Amino acid sequence: MEAEVNNRVFFPTHLEEALRETFLEADTQGRGYVESKNIVNVVRKVLGIFLTHTEKAKVIAKAEYLATKGLLSVEDFFTIMADTLVETTHWGNLKTEIAGYVGIDTLQEQIRKKVLKRGFEFNIMVVGRSGLGKSTLINTLFKANVSLRSCSKSEEKVEIAKTTHVKSVSHVIEEKGVRLRLTVTDTPGFGDQINNDKCWLPVLDYINEQYENYLSEEQSVSRKKHIPDTRIHCCLYFIAPTGHSLSPLDIEFMRRLDRCVNIVPVIAKADTLTVEERTDFKQREMLPFAVVGSNQQYPVNGRTVYGRRTQWGLVEVENKGHCEFSDLRDMLIRTHMQDLVEVTRSVHYENFRHERLASRRGRTQINGQVIDMDSMNESSL
Amino acid sequence: MPSVGEIGFATLPEQIHRKSVKKGFDFTMMVVGESGLGKSTLINSLFLADLYKDRKIPNVEEKLDRTVTIEKKTMEIEEKGVKLKLTIVDTPGFGEAVNCENNWKVIESYLTEQFNQFFKDESGLNRKNIVDNRVHCCLYFIPPWGHGLRPLDIEFMKHLHQKVNVVPVIAKADTLNANEIRRLKDKVLRELKENEVHVYQLPDCDSDEDEEFKQQDHELKQSIPFAVIGSTQVVEVNGRRVRGRIYPWGIVEVENPIHSDFLKLRTFLVSTHMQDLKDVTRDVHYENYRAQYLTKISQQASRERGKLKRDSKPCEESVEETDLLLQQKEEEIRRMQDMLNQMHQKLKAAGRDSSENGTDSDNRKDRESVDL
Repeated sequence: MEAEVNNRVFFPTHLEEALRETFLEADTQGRGYVESKNIVNVVRKVLGIFLTHTEKAKVIAKAEYLATKGLLSVEDFFTIMADTLVETTHWGNLKTEIAGYVGIDTLQEQIRKKVLKRGFEFNIMVVGRSGLGKSTLINTLFKANVSLRSCSKSEEKVEIAKTTHVKSVSHVIEEKGVRLRLTVTDTPGFGDQINNDKCWLPVLDYINEQYENYLSEEQSVSRKKHIPDTRIHCCLYFIAPTGHSLSPLDIEFMRRLDRCVNIVPVIAKADTLTVEERTDFKQREMLPFAVVGSNQQYPVNGRTVYGRRTQWGLVEVENKGHCEFSDLRDMLIRTHMQDLVEVTRSVHYENFRHERLASRRGRTQINGQVIDMDSMNESSL
Repeated sequence: MPSVGEIGFATLPEQIHRKSVKKGFDFTMMVVGESGLGKSTLINSLFLADLYKDRKIPNVEEKLDRTVTIEKKTMEIEEKGVKLKLTIVDTPGFGEAVNCENNWKVIESYLTEQFNQFFKDESGLNRKNIVDNRVHCCLYFIPPWGHGLRPLDIEFMKHLHQKVNVVPVIAKADTLNANEIRRLKDKVLRELKENEVHVYQLPDCDSDEDEEFKQQDHELKQSIPFAVIGSTQVVEVNGRRVRGRIYPWGIVEVENPIHSDFLKLRTFLVSTHMQDLKDVTRDVHYENYRAQYLTKISQQASRERGKLKRDSKPCEESVEETDLLLQQKEEEIRRMQDMLNQMHQKLKAAGRDSSENGTDSDNRKDRESVDL
């Protein structure tokens, strides 16, 4: 199999020697060939690190492609390694040693400064029937009146919408110099009608519209340096705390939308459920996050906490024994916010893009001629 | 024993009482509401029973294609020698599906069917053992996590308020604190009024009732719709064993009037207004049904008879039905007339016998004129 000229990567000599040595070790019978099914072990040995599932799959795929009668030669091995090493910075034992301090670690700080200057974006959507505490929860999460209801004029709040509407409101919040542009998208009217058939369609359309906008911005000839990201990074789906099971509407919604957006289901108004009921419900449906929200603060043991006061006690929102609000908040904001953004970009958006472009392929025209986008490259222009 | 100057019918209430206690009482109650609102737990709590033992809650796949069904459960309970046959009509599947447009229809046709059955039985020949399956009360469960009534709630109540006593309750009231409950109740009452829904109204007290009763009645009226909690678990609070729910932040007692209106609901349903619910069902809802039904069939009948022959085939069924009823009535009238005639004959014969023993002809003449 001849390597394409464009993709040839040159390795330093010590690396080639290490590869050759490991290959010969693996070639126990001295035939000059290694069986393709053992190749993953050889790769692992030479790198000295564990490969991820996807990395392993790629290696195996390449090996099967190159192998003749299930056997791989040294050159084949080099090709596989070349491809693998180009795709990652995890070179394990093959790293080149440096003798002293160079200063690469300052890259971290350089990026940090740039990103801080630009600020972060996070777009969250809340979906669920009226009255499940969506607005209150969002306000509690970000400790500000960021929900749509808190920001709308009072006349708009009153009646139940007749169809599902999708409305967004943006805020910029700042903490210790870090600025976040938070966009909260609400879906008033979802699931409130007698006939809720297809009430998820406006939501689906909105999500795809954001992907579409991003895609056309990305593809435009003079595009912005930083494309504004309005894609939904996280969709909080509110489930009623019946203690029984999900409702048919819940299933329909999640089934149709889990392929295009990150869905985080939460059990709303969890102070309806006792601890055992909550555990039962979660075991049956395997859901995390039974939450309670509140805007009001009460003094407890000298501290002021967010909570709900009832005739038989005070439900503390941030008390882990009372509900899982803290866990949700930690996941959403403190540990996985960036991950949610990443997954939206690299998985959901890519899926969308792939489908869109694949369906457009046959129809692209330049100067009256129909061109196949795939086979186009610089040399043929 | 009646004293001098008295006739003695002051014992009538006791006589009725003894007979009814012997016969026993019956009550049919329907519960309507989405799955998971605590209907079964509430019923079990109200009647201290275990009607829903070994219940299997369907998972969501089973729910996906479910329609509304009607399930009846009957039990007999006894307290201080008084027996009550209680029937609970459950409506699983209500409000579950994605499209709930016709949920109320299934329930309406059930109610109408019971009225129809009773009507037929009442018009029948042997009326000794009529079984009364008419629904005396419909508890409608409103979810506490909403902003008042939803379109589904309003539609249901509007279609059924003229066929059954609708008693709305706010379910799982331990989700809400006192302020929120008051706000929700006010909102519900407002929305009921705006939509002209006539839920069951407690009748006014008679002025001769004692103060305590009037006070209780007033409190009941103020609390509608009742915000309820149910539990079949017994927990310990301050050394007492009560029914309740344990939360990490406190214990909710079902029978504590500060915690919910459960006691009020039970008082209303069982101690004070059970008979009134039955009376209103009989005197208002059933009578409405009966009047409408009779009007409908007589209209149909007259329309059918007025039609010319070249019209399409008349609806045989309704003509038959009317004719059947008329026949039945005519037969009864004929029978009664026969009986009357027989009685007259007997009287005449008796009169003649006595006249043979020497009575004046004037009497005979008078009697003869009467016979005419």
